[in-house]
Amino acid sequence: MITLVDVCKHFGSLHALQHVDLEVPAGQKLVIIGPSGSGKSTLIRCINMLEKPSSGQVVVDGVDLTAHRAPVAKVRQSVAMVFQSFNLYPHKTVLDNLTLAPMVVKGVSRDEATESALGYLQRVGLSEKADKYPAQLSGGQQQRVAIARALNMHPKIMLFDEPTSALDPEMIQEVLEVIIDLANSGITMVVVTHEMGFAREAADRVVFMDEGRIIEDGTPEHFFVNPQHDRTKLFLSKILR
Amino acid sequence: MSDIFGRIGFLQEGPFAIPRWEAVFSNIDLLWQGALVTLTVASLGLALALALGTVLGVMGASHWTGPRAFARGYVEFYQNTPLLIQVFMIFNALPMIISGLFIPVITIGILGVGMYHGAYISEVVRAGIQSIGRGQLEAAVSQGFTYVGAMRYIIIPQAMRIVLPPLTNQAVSLIKNTSVIAIIAGGDLMYAGDAFAGRFGHYGPTYVLVGLGYFLMCFPLAILARRLEDRTRVA
Repeated sequence: MITLVDVCKHFGSLHALQHVDLEVPAGQKLVIIGPSGSGKSTLIRCINMLEKPSSGQVVVDGVDLTAHRAPVAKVRQSVAMVFQSFNLYPHKTVLDNLTLAPMVVKGVSRDEATESALGYLQRVGLSEKADKYPAQLSGGQQQRVAIARALNMHPKIMLFDEPTSALDPEMIQEVLEVIIDLANSGITMVVVTHEMGFAREAADRVVFMDEGRIIEDGTPEHFFVNPQHDRTKLFLSKILR
Repeated sequence: MSDIFGRIGFLQEGPFAIPRWEAVFSNIDLLWQGALVTLTVASLGLALALALGTVLGVMGASHWTGPRAFARGYVEFYQNTPLLIQVFMIFNALPMIISGLFIPVITIGILGVGMYHGAYISEVVRAGIQSIGRGQLEAAVSQGFTYVGAMRYIIIPQAMRIVLPPLTNQAVSLIKNTSVIAIIAGGDLMYAGDAFAGRFGHYGPTYVLVGLGYFLMCFPLAILARRLEDRTRVA
């Protein structure tokens, strides 16, 4: 579903990604873990071309996005992203946040977009907030709306870029529950997170990154119980006290 | 007695004497016609300036090198030369370059203020777009919006709230700047005032009325903008 071949990304003299290879089969729940500055956000943003790789190849759903004149916008319709800072459209109601892109980008009728939007709002437990504006919601509620907005594009792939990092501790759980519920639905998921409990519970594969490289790659058991690299052990010893 | 005359004497003689007012009011049609020309040039000029300003502002805020450079060049050229000379050039130089070209004075006025204020408005629009967080554009394009689509549906509607006050300044200043076409016999309110005052010599009342005319065109715009601002603040 997602294939990265020898991907490098430089920001000036900073090498954020160094020769990364990654293959994510359809339906996999991949969690990317790593210290800050390790390149995990850059990696996930390369999947939908929010960051353009300096070199290498990114193939998503059979389309080479790094090719000249690749239909990036078309592919993005089926690759939804949830951001750390929610990025809801503040001038639109919750319902309009969910229906805007399906209607404008995909040409779905208003009735159809609204019907499925209300379904997803119910799924994230926010049916009664449909007519509110994002500023009237708590952080956790905003992120759940953002997830519903992503789902209303009926994506094949969901990308989560630190979805709980900007939330108050008591709101993290409500968002994680929604993501775990999604993980059980069969969609392909890539999640950058610091939530080890979530990784253990929802992931079927964990990738550990450091200094722009993938240095550990395996099942959650492998990662938490039997990590191979010293860097991973050090990281885990700091995080799991 | 002489004290009272001393105080109201300006109504009996001098530039603001009552007979002069009467003479002006009995020929008010001439000023009225000028006002209509000014209104036409201002409204069509404003439409052109807004259209140009939006397109150039989006180009100027984009990551595309070519369009950005074009917008930059346009803005620098129009902002850094006097409107008066631009209008003069459209009037005199353009027909020399394209021989046989005849542009009606009203059209010259519309092009003149439209292109000039288009440059200023594009800077307002660009600043407004750039004041919207990068995350909004990222969210939009990650949903499959094109750059232009993201601007239209997500960035510009938010930027509008921010740019409304400076945009109103531009609109008001555009209305007043339509008076430059007076130098090419534009038949606008300023020109009508000049001609009228020159013919009869009633400078005082004429310019008071001309000034009032401009005020009556500009002031409602300021009120309208404040209303819009209040309304968009709710959301």
